[in-house]
Amino acid sequence: MRRRVIPGVNFLLLVLLLTLPWFAPPYYVELIAKILVFAIFAMSLDLLIGFTGLVSFGHAAFFGIAAYSLVLLTPHAGAVSLWIALPVAALAAAIAAFVIGLFVLRTRGVYFIMVTLAFAQMVFSLFHDTKIGGGSDGVFLNSRPDASLFGFTPFDLANGVHAYYFVVAMLALTFLLLERVLRSPFGRVLVGIRSNEHRMQSLGYATYRYKLGAFTLAGALAGVAGFCYAVLFAFVNPELLSWHRSGDAILMVILGGMGSLGGAIAGAFAFVSMQEFFSQATKHWLLLMGTAIVLTVLFLPGGLAAVPDRIRRALTRERPHG
Amino acid sequence: MDFPSFLIQVLNAVQYGLLLFLVASGLTLIFGIMGIINLAHGSFYMIGAYLAFVLSSATGSLMLALAIGVPLALIFGWLLEWAVFTHLYKRDHLEQVLLTYGLILFFEEARSILVDNDVHSVAIPELLQASIALTETLSYPVYRLFISVVCLAIAVALYFLIRYTRLGMMIRAGSHDRDMVAALGININLVYRIVFALGVALAAFAGMIAAPVSTVYPGMGSHVLIVSFVIVVIGGIGSVWGALLAALVIGFTDTFGKVVFPDYAGILVYVVMAAVLLWRPEGILRKSGG
Amino acid sequence: MDEILVAEKLTRRFGGLAANQDVSLSLQRSQLHALVGPNGAGKSTCINMLSGDMTPTSGRVLLGGRDITRLTSYQRSMIGIGRSYQRTNIFPKFTAFENCRLAAQSRRQRAWRLFTDAAQLADAREQAATALQRAGLAGREEIIAGTLSHGEQRQLEIAMVLATDATVLLLDEPLAGMGAEESAQMVELLRALRADHAILLVEHDMDAVFAVADVITVLVTGQVLASGEPEMIRANREVQQAYLGQDEVLHG
Repeated sequence: MRRRVIPGVNFLLLVLLLTLPWFAPPYYVELIAKILVFAIFAMSLDLLIGFTGLVSFGHAAFFGIAAYSLVLLTPHAGAVSLWIALPVAALAAAIAAFVIGLFVLRTRGVYFIMVTLAFAQMVFSLFHDTKIGGGSDGVFLNSRPDASLFGFTPFDLANGVHAYYFVVAMLALTFLLLERVLRSPFGRVLVGIRSNEHRMQSLGYATYRYKLGAFTLAGALAGVAGFCYAVLFAFVNPELLSWHRSGDAILMVILGGMGSLGGAIAGAFAFVSMQEFFSQATKHWLLLMGTAIVLTVLFLPGGLAAVPDRIRRALTRERPHG
Repeated sequence: MDFPSFLIQVLNAVQYGLLLFLVASGLTLIFGIMGIINLAHGSFYMIGAYLAFVLSSATGSLMLALAIGVPLALIFGWLLEWAVFTHLYKRDHLEQVLLTYGLILFFEEARSILVDNDVHSVAIPELLQASIALTETLSYPVYRLFISVVCLAIAVALYFLIRYTRLGMMIRAGSHDRDMVAALGININLVYRIVFALGVALAAFAGMIAAPVSTVYPGMGSHVLIVSFVIVVIGGIGSVWGALLAALVIGFTDTFGKVVFPDYAGILVYVVMAAVLLWRPEGILRKSGG
Repeated sequence: MDEILVAEKLTRRFGGLAANQDVSLSLQRSQLHALVGPNGAGKSTCINMLSGDMTPTSGRVLLGGRDITRLTSYQRSMIGIGRSYQRTNIFPKFTAFENCRLAAQSRRQRAWRLFTDAAQLADAREQAATALQRAGLAGREEIIAGTLSHGEQRQLEIAMVLATDATVLLLDEPLAGMGAEESAQMVELLRALRADHAILLVEHDMDAVFAVADVITVLVTGQVLASGEPEMIRANREVQQAYLGQDEVLHG
């Protein structure tokens, strides 16, 4: 039951993405790169919300932990190897997700939303109140990770264009990974849990373990996004872990249509576009944003998720029924 | 620590805990009875504080500000339920989270436009400006005692409300099944509106009386919201007594935490929550396996 | 060892109310044991305690002599206890086939093989197909479960349990809401299943019960009133009195 957007559109977007640095000014390249980072973040959260049914309000914690990991791994002089820093940062995020998951997955429903928020705030406090990584001021990344391998340097992350393609590659890898995982036995169980967790247990599945696995994987991928962010902007501060960032991520997932990886990517674009649009209109753009959210939830039957569905329906070519 | 200093910290802990209780009780009531998770609850606290600042600056008296502010808060809560929240009862939690998150953005920005983004102080009413001497060098502000007493009085009033009134009976039933309660011949819309307005007023009032002590600053809503969530998780959703117990636990944890580990005090509260989650995921006062 | 599943003085209290009081019964291989009683008798509570959906206040549940009272529902499923539900408890958005495939997958979960395509796993597919066929849903595999007719959904309930290769079947009112023809088909299915399973059947439809049951236990207000072979139950005075005024009258 999957609708296919007109095949041309997907291909066109891909071409656009791959050739962007050739025709767009650096400002836009960086902006799109930022959106792509959020897209990875949104996909990782969609694994939880859209596919497993876990509404986590603390996902930014894992994003931030990986970002900080990169900064903390980078020595004062010289650079850390990319091939070490990336796995370590993702692992740090994964471990944090596993540990937090052990606690929060003991709860359900509204409790779950609240405790994920609370734990994320705890991690925020850790970075904000203590001296780990510069406290509330944040800390700069001295040098981007070094991509050298066996004496050969394939690319330079200090170069804006190289960094852009690095992020594109990370997005592609994350997308492909999640696609495979969702089709695996593990992935089917997650979808089953979202549909009817009680029955899954009754059928012999230890659902707590599966949810923990999903939570950990989602945390690791959020970490990949956070790592990319740090590479792009060379600066991290506790705001990255704020629950507002978690809220933004939920918005992206909803905007794009839950339970769809492509949707999560679209949601990231939609969210940042909305932000840009509103903030051009007035400096009090948050007022508009807040109002827009409230009105959409109130008056759009089926919520925001219905919008992407309607657009998708409009774009989908009707197949003649034989 | 010598006894008078210890006593001061205990009094502070109780005062902070009781203040948190006012806010958390509204949150847990709204969820327990109407089944709505409301992220904007912290905003009501913030609105109360800024309201106290504006009104007391205008009238020169915090007491007058309270007298005007509380009815305003009730009306605000009433209208908010009528306009927005009444549509949320049939929606799922995700939509409630989203909408109330949108409300937070709206309220924060509205405050920014209507007042400002600065930190303000509110003067303690003259009558309550004294301090009680505990030793030759240490004394305790009367105003803080006043806060504790008022919060305690409200807690007692809530007790009577819940125990001895019809409204209280419905609260105790803990039911957020509209149809069932309506079938009992009760005007459910009215009940929900009253409970919501009450919850808003409690949070706003807490913000108002806390203003002279905590100062009025933009992030106060966020901070109190998350602590309230922790309290509700520890105490159990819908349990007002759980909220009281949990609020006091948090009050003590935070106050003494700041004395013993100043840098990590902020995290201590969450550690306590984590411990409770291991032991009783449904909250301290919930019977497990019910 | 003929006795497979044994309930030993199961009691479940809710505050002051005892929904089940000292309920004991046993299920044997190739036997269908029916649990009947008026509404509110505590049949659901009993079956919940057997399947692990509810913990007893006191008493034990034994499988092949081993105490399994502390086991959760998923653990019980893994040792061969399958449960179907009174209120249809399927995955409405999946196809009937996927419902059963997911049930079958539980036997060899392969959770770590993240790059395997679940839909390709032959053993789960075959088991699902067999289960659907046995339950009478052959040809309806690709239909979205939520759009199946009520009777077909009840069949799917059973199919899912069969797909888990359960040896003990706890069936909660499988005939609920079914018409005459569908009920007859279900009774046939139950007869066929009896041969190689131990079945507990909770039911209201007394005609069906008398058609298939080897043993009947009558539950009234949480306690066992009588238990034994159908003819004995039919003739039992107390049972007749308990059912006086009920719609399901025992026909001679």
